[in-house]
Amino acid sequence: MDNKHIEDLKEIKEIMNRSTRFISLSGISGISTGIMALIGSILAYFIIFKHQNILDYNPVEISNKDLFYLLLIAFCTLLCSIVCAIYFTNRKTKKENRKIWDSQSKRLITNLSIPLITGGVLCLMLLFKGFIGFLAPLTLIFYGLALVNGSKYTFKEIKTLGLIEIALGLVAFQFIAFGLFFWMLGFGITQISYGLIVQAKY
Amino acid sequence: MKELLKNFDKAFENRTRLGIMSVLTINEYLDFNSLKELLGVTDGNLASHLKYLEKQKYLTYEKKFLNRKPNTNYSATNKGIKAFEKHITAIEQLVNK
Repeated sequence: MDNKHIEDLKEIKEIMNRSTRFISLSGISGISTGIMALIGSILAYFIIFKHQNILDYNPVEISNKDLFYLLLIAFCTLLCSIVCAIYFTNRKTKKENRKIWDSQSKRLITNLSIPLITGGVLCLMLLFKGFIGFLAPLTLIFYGLALVNGSKYTFKEIKTLGLIEIALGLVAFQFIAFGLFFWMLGFGITQISYGLIVQAKY
Repeated sequence: MKELLKNFDKAFENRTRLGIMSVLTINEYLDFNSLKELLGVTDGNLASHLKYLEKQKYLTYEKKFLNRKPNTNYSATNKGIKAFEKHITAIEQLVNK
């Protein structure tokens, strides 16, 4: 009799988890977006610092033509990352016989999008006003906030990843000249390591 | 023992009904197909259990049309949530004994 009830409780817990959390997020998609971020930021490095040495600590001047290339790189990196993330997650949901677009994933996307879009719009406004140095720290911070917000609806680990990104963003604000390196560290290295952890665990 | 069993709810003796209520207590609402996928039951089975819970006034539903297809969202009533919590507390007490 007791066993039946313990089983019941276990099942309730399992169903509740499955009904609120989107757990088919693929670890490989984290790794792939991390690699994209690294490639994108290395390309950006060569454009920003092609005339200057980063250790000189001079304000970086960027011409309109270079700005266009930077935006192009940013856009391509973003697009490739999203495509990769969807591709690998879709592969995983297929393997688990589930749908990628269900109420759990919709909720996750909504909760990720609110801080992300806010941050994205703010960064674009700052970019057009010429505050290019703010972009790396701010994108890190808003990405971190998005992850913390979305963590309720997917793996718990995402929350610590978000907190790390926020911390990196704040430190990057202090050392604004090295923003790009913090950006590589946050979006590249940390993201890849978390992708590996999630992949190994689930 | 008898005291404890008094708090057990007949409506939740069935696994599917227990599953439906546990999902609806933490989700604002869910549609028929999501419930079906989550619980892994057949259409007919789910429909009859939903009807039973509805008769007990443990859940309500709202019919809508999505792209001309009927879509029903189910949500738990306050009465249903209270009953579910009472039932779970009773189970916990029994298990902890």
